[in-house]
Amino acid sequence: MFLPFFLELKAAGVPVSLREYLALLEGLEAELVTYDVEGFYYLSRATLVKDERFIDRFDRVFAHAFRGVEAVAGEEGPSSVALPEEWLRRLAEKHLSEDEKKLVEALGGFEKLMETLKQRLEEQKGRHQGGSKWIGTAGTSPFGAYGYNPEGVRIGQEGSRHRRAVKVWDKRDFRDLDDRVELGTRNIKIALKRLRRWVRAGAAEELDLGGTIKSTAEHGYLDVRTRPERRNAIKLLMFFDVGGSMDDHIKTVEELFSAARAEFRHMDYFYFHNCLYEGVWKDNRRRHEAVLPTYDLIRTYGSDYRVIFVGDAAMSPYEIVYPGGSVEHWNKEAGQVWLERVLAHFPKAAWLNPTPQAHWGYTHSIGLIRQIVNDRMFPLTLGGLEAATRELTR
Amino acid sequence: MRFDGTDAYIAEKDLTVAVNAAIALQKPLLVKGEPGTGKTELARQLAQALGLDLLEWHVKSTTKAQQGLYEYDAVSRLRDSQLGDDRFNDIANYIRRGKLWDAFDADKRVVLLIDEIDKADIEFPNDLLQELDRMEFHVYETGETIRARHRPIVIITSNNEKELPDAFLRRCFFHFIRFPDIETLHRIVEVHYPGIKQNLVRAALTQFYEIRDVPGLKKKPSTSEALDWIRLLVADDVAPEDLRGDAKNALPRLHGALLKNEQDVHLFERLAFMARRQG
Repeated sequence: MFLPFFLELKAAGVPVSLREYLALLEGLEAELVTYDVEGFYYLSRATLVKDERFIDRFDRVFAHAFRGVEAVAGEEGPSSVALPEEWLRRLAEKHLSEDEKKLVEALGGFEKLMETLKQRLEEQKGRHQGGSKWIGTAGTSPFGAYGYNPEGVRIGQEGSRHRRAVKVWDKRDFRDLDDRVELGTRNIKIALKRLRRWVRAGAAEELDLGGTIKSTAEHGYLDVRTRPERRNAIKLLMFFDVGGSMDDHIKTVEELFSAARAEFRHMDYFYFHNCLYEGVWKDNRRRHEAVLPTYDLIRTYGSDYRVIFVGDAAMSPYEIVYPGGSVEHWNKEAGQVWLERVLAHFPKAAWLNPTPQAHWGYTHSIGLIRQIVNDRMFPLTLGGLEAATRELTR
Repeated sequence: MRFDGTDAYIAEKDLTVAVNAAIALQKPLLVKGEPGTGKTELARQLAQALGLDLLEWHVKSTTKAQQGLYEYDAVSRLRDSQLGDDRFNDIANYIRRGKLWDAFDADKRVVLLIDEIDKADIEFPNDLLQELDRMEFHVYETGETIRARHRPIVIITSNNEKELPDAFLRRCFFHFIRFPDIETLHRIVEVHYPGIKQNLVRAALTQFYEIRDVPGLKKKPSTSEALDWIRLLVADDVAPEDLRGDAKNALPRLHGALLKNEQDVHLFERLAFMARRQG
């Protein structure tokens, strides 16, 4: 019955399976909700969506599927005059805040506004975008969506009779981006699995059979031995270069690494700009206030942490080798000094560079950084990641 | 059996639909949301509203799925056998029941809360798949199979620290508790402190939402913190006018209830400092 809706959800990238669909049908059969669109929406959301990340996608598909049903009923299009007054009122109450409702008065009150809307609907013949009178998107007319008129009535997804306007709202160009990240996440997870290193740490809870037998044989009575469990003991610190050309890369890398977070015992990340100096920060919006001194960092994290720098290492050579070379502030000591200091404390380190490896030779500073990190610079590709993790587990 | 919120718990319609679906279709309900939005409280209130017993299983980072079913204490059996205690002949003496066993074996239907499932190992949810799905498990040591006499209502909460496996999610219903808007929060405060001074609550809640909107807060205060704070304000008999304050005094009154780490307090002090300098 709702198969098209289900398939549409699948196509939209909401991970649904037949099992969930059957659960929904079961719920309907049990008459959990009856003749109630809102209830049906909540029920289907609870059964079909399993992560808040997908709720938005689900909403979109739901609105779309619901609209489809309505469209079959009437082919009149925007010329339809019989606008359900009650529905509009409810919608307005839903979307307008107290202040906005007061502003409605500015246009002559709610009744007047609805009256005008009806008129406009009759006059309007086609899809419209921008402008200040017609119903459409991104305009300043009081009617439509994504507009800037505070007196406006936002015609929601339920406004199925005005299909021409709705269509535009549902156009989402960014869905594909989502899926591509997913693919990357999977790849990177495999690559990072290599970083696992198992050690026995923590409370002794596991029965050590070998130890028990040995110790029993030695003592002549039953001597139970226990040992700590094996755990993944890799601790990771990440430093991201932010600002300028690196920004788009950083977002991808950060997402990927946080997705792979489960692989590590500890993982922490910090930002720097171009080259590492005396301070790093965690929140880019507060980069000048909430700076963590690099010295503190070295003190806080033990040298068993693995360190990964992510940056294009493209800058003026002065930023690396001269005191005061930084483009952002006056640095008392050269970036090279700080980099070497950090590398001396964390012997296991690697630098990931999103710039294609073939281009590395053309930028002087990349060569400099490569020298400083002892040639442990790897391209940000699957192969490069594997090489980097191999380097780090060594 | 229907749940519509209780005197002490405001449940919005989306939540009640999800809960009732979980009750009727006998599947676990996974509840997510910001810390302090009443995830754990939901299970308690649900049990109270339906007049059922509540079994709470609090998951820690060291919790194993097996501990929820049963534990076989081989070590004490070994020791007992050495000391010549007769108890060791019967293996059943060394099997300790877990929460799931208790829930399955109860005389009537119970509410089982599995709290903060994301704290445990990544494999934890996977290990519970069959048990939650068929509501039965096998005890290898004694060879018996424990089957649920009454399928319990299972509420699972998660704070999103780890991603849960798909196979597990597929067997649950899901609900994300959104942070309530000011109207709902007003109702929640009313439920917890009936007859409270209206103007104080309004002033406090307005300021509360302003605090939540401050960018860069490490931990945004949530519903439970709002309730604590308002209780403190009432206890201190703070007048609404005092609460408002001016820009120069950015740190809210009795901020200890709202801001839970020194960085956030520091952030507010900075804001106050900047406001003073401008003014």
